[in-house]
Amino acid sequence: MTNKDQYKVGKEPFYQAQGDEVTLYEAAYAARLPVMVKGPTGCGKSRFVEYMAWKLNKPLITVACNEDMTASDLVGRYLLDANGTRWLDGPLTTAARIGAICYLDEIVEARQDTTVVIHPLTDHRRTLPLDKKGELIEAHPDFQLVISYNPGYQSLMKDLKQSTKQRFVGFDFDYPTASIEAGILAKETGVEIGLAAQLVKIGQTARNLKGHGLDEGISTRLLVYAATLIKGGVEVKAACRMALVRPITDDADIRDTLDHAIAATFA
Amino acid sequence: MTTPIVEIPAELQSYWNNLDCGFPRVGEVFPVCMQRALASLSNQGVEAYIEQARFLGKMGRGAEPILIFLEAWPEIAKSVGEDTLQDIMLFIRKMWKSPNGKAIVPFLQSLPVTARRLPSRDQLSDYLSIALDLMERTTGSVHGIHQTFPSPGLPEMYKQIQVLLSQLSLAGLKKWVDYGVRFYEDHPERQIEYFSLQSADSRAVMQRERHGTLLVDSDRKLSMYMRGLWQDEEMLIPYSSAFDELRKPMPYYDKLGIRLPDVYDDFVLPSPAGTDTQVRVAGIDRYRATLAHIIGHRRWGKAIFADNMSPFQRMAVEALEDSRVEYLAMREYPGLRPIFAALHPIPAEDACDNTKESGVRHRLTMLSRAILDANHTYKNVHIIEFARRFHELMQQGESSTQEIAELAITFVARTRLQSDNLPKTHFKDTEIGYRDDNRHMWNFMEEDDEGEVVDQNRKVESGEELKGLPPRHYHEWDYNSQSYRPDWVSVYEGLHPQGNPLDIDKLLEKHAGLAKRLKKMLDLLKPQDKVRIRYQEEGSELDLDVAIRSLIDYKSGAQPDTRINMSHRNDGRNIAVMLLLDLSESLNEKAAGSQQTILELSQEAVTILGWAVEKLGDPFAIAGFHSNTRHDVRYLHIKGYAEHWDDGVKSRLAAMEASYSTRMGAAMRHAAHYLEQQQADKKLMLILTDGEPADIDSKDGRILIEDARQAVKELDQQGIYSYCINLDPKADEYVSDIFGKQYTIVDNVAQLPERLPELFISLTK
Ligand SMILES: Nc1ncnc2c1ncn2[C@@H]1O[C@H](COP(=O)(O)OP(=O)(O)O)[C@@H](O)[C@H]1O
Ligand SMILES: [Mg+2]
Repeated sequence: MTNKDQYKVGKEPFYQAQGDEVTLYEAAYAARLPVMVKGPTGCGKSRFVEYMAWKLNKPLITVACNEDMTASDLVGRYLLDANGTRWLDGPLTTAARIGAICYLDEIVEARQDTTVVIHPLTDHRRTLPLDKKGELIEAHPDFQLVISYNPGYQSLMKDLKQSTKQRFVGFDFDYPTASIEAGILAKETGVEIGLAAQLVKIGQTARNLKGHGLDEGISTRLLVYAATLIKGGVEVKAACRMALVRPITDDADIRDTLDHAIAATFA
Repeated sequence: MTTPIVEIPAELQSYWNNLDCGFPRVGEVFPVCMQRALASLSNQGVEAYIEQARFLGKMGRGAEPILIFLEAWPEIAKSVGEDTLQDIMLFIRKMWKSPNGKAIVPFLQSLPVTARRLPSRDQLSDYLSIALDLMERTTGSVHGIHQTFPSPGLPEMYKQIQVLLSQLSLAGLKKWVDYGVRFYEDHPERQIEYFSLQSADSRAVMQRERHGTLLVDSDRKLSMYMRGLWQDEEMLIPYSSAFDELRKPMPYYDKLGIRLPDVYDDFVLPSPAGTDTQVRVAGIDRYRATLAHIIGHRRWGKAIFADNMSPFQRMAVEALEDSRVEYLAMREYPGLRPIFAALHPIPAEDACDNTKESGVRHRLTMLSRAILDANHTYKNVHIIEFARRFHELMQQGESSTQEIAELAITFVARTRLQSDNLPKTHFKDTEIGYRDDNRHMWNFMEEDDEGEVVDQNRKVESGEELKGLPPRHYHEWDYNSQSYRPDWVSVYEGLHPQGNPLDIDKLLEKHAGLAKRLKKMLDLLKPQDKVRIRYQEEGSELDLDVAIRSLIDYKSGAQPDTRINMSHRNDGRNIAVMLLLDLSESLNEKAAGSQQTILELSQEAVTILGWAVEKLGDPFAIAGFHSNTRHDVRYLHIKGYAEHWDDGVKSRLAAMEASYSTRMGAAMRHAAHYLEQQQADKKLMLILTDGEPADIDSKDGRILIEDARQAVKELDQQGIYSYCINLDPKADEYVSDIFGKQYTIVDNVAQLPERLPELFISLTK
């Protein structure tokens, strides 16, 4: 039997709540409802799930989804070994067996024929058929499924099927308000709060341009990067240009505007 | 052979009679031109159009002038305004009375391009005076012989005007003309070479004058600046800075937009003696500084009553209010300080002789400088005291226009001098170029009531009949009661009227470059019928490479990869698309920063998209809609799924017209019932609109927004992905309420022909 403890979140992760999401999640977990966390990239979705796993003291198994992922990558497969073949559980199966929270990060990245394998785990059956192995797993009572995705991807190719969506209760995440976000940067990286607030301001400049040439604004994650660089001794404006502007756009006008925002903010 | 008799439609007959023109070629184009004029000009404008055309036809210069004018004017009027016609005709008459009659045709030919580059009456008139100057100085009598010669350079300049205006501001053009006149006044051949941009020095002078940052080229950047850093938005309208050495126009803003100089040179501050540290403010940053100042007023200012104040008091209030809004702007963005500090003049303390001239401006500018620059060197106790009091006020918060006005009035009282009333005012170093004229700061108790002049002359054609099929009824969502109003809206469907399909082919030709680029992108999207999928546990055949690798792993005791099969998949690009076009009245407006209407740009964009999707082979339909109350929503069929991109489709597209209102929800529901019947994995409905849902029978603006939002939800349930392309820069206020995240705002409508297909490609890739 797999050792549960290796999947436990050891130390309390820092998570700054934005509202009552912690209580609501606890309620969803109490009812073992599958959870969907929506929001732009880098706004704290993964951190939230990690924190909840810690708080509920449950193991957490995270799968970063991608296009090449197959159902077997989730469920498990037979491997060849010297004595013939051997079955190896995939992460979803492991989670269902040991009673972990299984977090499928960026689920829209996976192909839709892959994601359907989660369906039986998300309704009242809470089962997972391993067709190849001829086994039907009853999910452990502690097991819970969590998915995240970014509805901002403006592509209908990357949207969830209605039949999938309707199996989850949802949390809408967005970038935190300015003061909360500055608090996160300060706490997470140790920069002082004034500097953090200035970084947030640049983040918001970019977010104001969303839909006007920018698909996504600057994420909290990128702001954390910038703060980390500054903390490590990189000059403020250079750190901002490198962490906040260059990654998000190649549009010369937007770049120029953001560079100007940096110069105007850090006199 | 007899001259063909031209058929003039009865309703245009009276215009035709007034035109009184015998050229058969004019008769051929007249009906079309006249219809365009009627659709876009006011009643007065139409009258002037006929009257001036009549004059051009009788000028004795053949059919060409009147032909060009009839065809071009309605378009030009949209960009420079109908009133400009007076200025233009005055100028033409001057050419006509001089020996320069031959230049009239080249002038008229150059006018559309010129108007595009100089899209305001002020700028165009300034241009005309440059041309007039050139004409007067180069038309001449040679060697005292009693004979006059036309200007050799004038027609040449008209022919080059596109190049010239794309490189030069009006100030630059003026200098370039001036150089040519001064050096080649007496050399007709050399003059021609100069003005046709053939001679080396002509090009060199153009290069030299080609400096500065043009507003037309910076519009997008500046809009982003306002939106990104200040969450403000407004039209930016250029005025020409080439003239009015005396009047020196200043930036200002009013209901129509923010007026800024057409060009800013980089600003270079002379380096202090003995150093070579030069301070330079780039043209674009000068625009930003001006905008920051103006946005400061918009954000923190409030108009106050002027009636009880003396002119000096008002000046002081304006100056201190300027300082206050800038102070607040710099609090937001400290990086503005060095820019303001570089641009703000530094009047020398002893520069003004208070016995001979009025020092009011001088004192106020010193105070403004002292407030801005903590390192100022002024000794005047009042300046020092009031700069301190200003900062004390600002320490407490934002202060207010009213509070700062009180401080200003105290300052005036404290520093008043006998000499303030002297007729001569000390001006040197008192102009703060990035500040606006503060007209917005004042209310007057005696309001004049001519405030609003609304363009009531707009034509709305009476609803022509289209009701072939019986209407379909749709419900509408009422957010007040959170319920549907059953069968509330009647949708009539009909075939869109037809035009000339060749017009659409011409549009495609016009965008040949874009089409070529798109084609490359499309090729990448095209289904590559069979795609090999490797690394499969189960598949249709063995993938030899992988199998061998696995075997080796296995033999050597390592963990082999079991995914040794591969299979094939028909690369399913299985998308059905519906493009729904808002064809409401507002599309007839000219797109910001373009001489074309939104309708025309949409037409171009749809043409290119239609062409592109046909290449891809996705099932694709196009329809337009508008509404005139809930009883009459029209759904105009342009292209059906079964039709190809053929002449029938093109002819309907060619006739695209806009009128009435935008009842979006009903149109979406109707379009959805077609899209729903398509067999496709993915169904995409694109909605192209320039504004929010609205209709004349719906006073509560929220209702139709909420209904459209509800329609999006219904579509989502039907497995249809809706996506809005919105051309309204102010759409942020409502578009996400309707479409969630599924939208894009295209601020620069001129780029629509490019953006629409790109968007489509990125949505479906
Ligand atoms: N509410 C929050 N509390 C603490 N850290 C946060 C929060 N939101 C964002 N962060 C920071 O942003 C980074 C990115 O967040 P993450 O959860 O990985 O984003 P997502 O999963 O939404 O893409 C985290 O590593 C963390 O540093
Ligand atoms: Mg001002």
